[in-house]
Amino acid sequence: MIKNKSLASPYIVWSVVFTAVPLAIVIYFAFTDKNGAFTLKNIMDIGQYTSVFVRSIVLAVIATAVCLVLAFPLSFMLSRMRASRQSMMLMLIMLPMWMNFLLRTYAWMTLLERNGLINRFLGLFGIGPFNLINTSGAVVLGMVYNYLPYMILPLYTIMTKIDPSVIEAAQDLGAGNLRVVTKVLIPLSMDGITTGITMVFVPSISTFIISRMLGGGSNLLIGDLIELQFLGNSYNYNLGSAMSLMLMVIVLLCMSFTTADSEEMEAMV
Amino acid sequence: MKKWSTRAATALLAAVCLSAGAPAFAETQVDDGYDYTRFADDNITLNVYNWGEYISDGSEDTLDVVAEFEALTGIRVNYTTFDTNESLYAKLKSGGGAYDVIIPSDYMIGKMANEGMLEELDFSNIPNYDKYIGDAYKNQSYDPENKYSVPYMWGLVCVIYNTTMVDEGDTSTGWGILWDEKYAGQILMFNNSRDAFAIAGKMLGGSLNPSSVDEVEASAEKLKQQKSVVQAYVMDEIFDKMGGGEAAVAPYYVGDGITMMDDNPDLAMYLPGEGTNIYIDAMCIPKGARNKEAAEMFINFMCETQIALANVEAICYSTPHTAALELLDEEMRDNEFMYPDDDYLALCETMSVLPDEINSAMDAAWSSVRSYDATGNAWIMPLLLVVMLALAIFGFVRKAIRRRKRDY
Repeated sequence: MIKNKSLASPYIVWSVVFTAVPLAIVIYFAFTDKNGAFTLKNIMDIGQYTSVFVRSIVLAVIATAVCLVLAFPLSFMLSRMRASRQSMMLMLIMLPMWMNFLLRTYAWMTLLERNGLINRFLGLFGIGPFNLINTSGAVVLGMVYNYLPYMILPLYTIMTKIDPSVIEAAQDLGAGNLRVVTKVLIPLSMDGITTGITMVFVPSISTFIISRMLGGGSNLLIGDLIELQFLGNSYNYNLGSAMSLMLMVIVLLCMSFTTADSEEMEAMV
Repeated sequence: MKKWSTRAATALLAAVCLSAGAPAFAETQVDDGYDYTRFADDNITLNVYNWGEYISDGSEDTLDVVAEFEALTGIRVNYTTFDTNESLYAKLKSGGGAYDVIIPSDYMIGKMANEGMLEELDFSNIPNYDKYIGDAYKNQSYDPENKYSVPYMWGLVCVIYNTTMVDEGDTSTGWGILWDEKYAGQILMFNNSRDAFAIAGKMLGGSLNPSSVDEVEASAEKLKQQKSVVQAYVMDEIFDKMGGGEAAVAPYYVGDGITMMDDNPDLAMYLPGEGTNIYIDAMCIPKGARNKEAAEMFINFMCETQIALANVEAICYSTPHTAALELLDEEMRDNEFMYPDDDYLALCETMSVLPDEINSAMDAAWSSVRSYDATGNAWIMPLLLVVMLALAIFGFVRKAIRRRKRDY
């Protein structure tokens, strides 16, 4: 163990300057008005945007759940493959992430459009056209597509550590597939699950470009709302900060829930 | 005003070069009477902040205006670009940049002037202003005594439509076409509160500058009615969506509309009968500029006839520069959308500065328009409640079970 704590000082300076100070500024603006006097008005004004907050939370929860359901079996299969194949499959999963995020979302726009590739393909069989883009479903799709790797990677990492003999032991003792999953796999990969949930939920709830491109601008999310405060007409950075603060509280709540969960699970296992 | 798309701009340049055969000047001719070299030895750097793709930049054999200025004066130019008036404002307001020349639009100039963010110009350093800028573009409502700004470009908002999808007869309905049930799901709308409310205001027969919160509310109601027929709220995505035949009708800026028409021959445009928004982008000097006199020299240079001509040929917006207009290729000068007749211009309005309360009412109304759902969104709230409750109960139950297990 390295005792010398001074090695950490660059990081401490970094996080103070670029995390703690901006955070303090956000909190300061959230509770002051344009003249710098203390006020709760900004927080109370958020009340009229409840529906936007609710929509953001719901869409982010759905996206996270879909990611989890898709990623869990995939990660398990990955972790059981031969080593050479694992690295190839991992690369395939990472491959889309080498491309720019905006570009990927833009590509979905051309796929989902009324005259897009999907509708044109279905049109060959006389089906459709379907209204795919500019719906909340398209927004969820965009979130899942963009953030799925963040769910797969932590799950995969933790599952490679699960000893196959543990699973075999459970099977020898008469556990069916379902029991193996619920009693062995899920508890043992709980850390990965919680990390994955946080890593997908947090960017999903704060995204704004996905909803603009795939939601047609009518599925307003918290991110859009905050952007509107800073780059809209009124340039109300106090209200914008209050919204950011609210968003941070939501994220904190989610994280406290998931981290507490994993500790309990560890204690149990 | 708003030039977002690089792709569009390249296409535009190509089109202009073909049609006008834009000549590449080896050296710019400037007025002899102006001493452009007085700062040559002072080692000055000017920070110029302009819209993206909004100057003749030397690509495709056009004149590189900035390089010409540097060669002529010995002043270095640090040229950067912004994408919306609001981001320019936010950057200056937060002290994020030291600029010498900025080119915002009308209402933003008014807002900045009101807040003391602009320097008064010394017009003795900008003789070309008096000499060349058309009187119609001076003393506008955003700068009534014309103390802060020198007009650079102007243009109109028009309706762009796809001739294969829209009946020619419907174009006589003016802005009403954007509310037409017949084109439900094929209409695009501005994703920008000020522009969207301007159209709704004109629709209602009023001004595009709401004078009261009530007017904002009325326009917001109008926009909510429109929502069920709108396919999407977009800005520069419009190039793809109109170009690819994804949508039938959209409001946009004339200069960009011409670009789109070059890309897709099915597209056409018209100016709504009710009148429209005329915007003027003008050059200003922000407070605290370090090289005010050199900045004024740059503004004067931009108003040199050949430079103004090169700029307008490169970007296809309308020019307030009278001499450049004279020299402009006839096809461009006679374009009814770029230079409409005076009768129509009388129907057009510039955006003026709105008071803070109206601005924030507009932003709030705009987000409620965009999150408004006529078909009912009411289920979402109870759903969330149920989910959260279920999660909480799940947590409690699990804890209880575990406690019982531990007790064994």
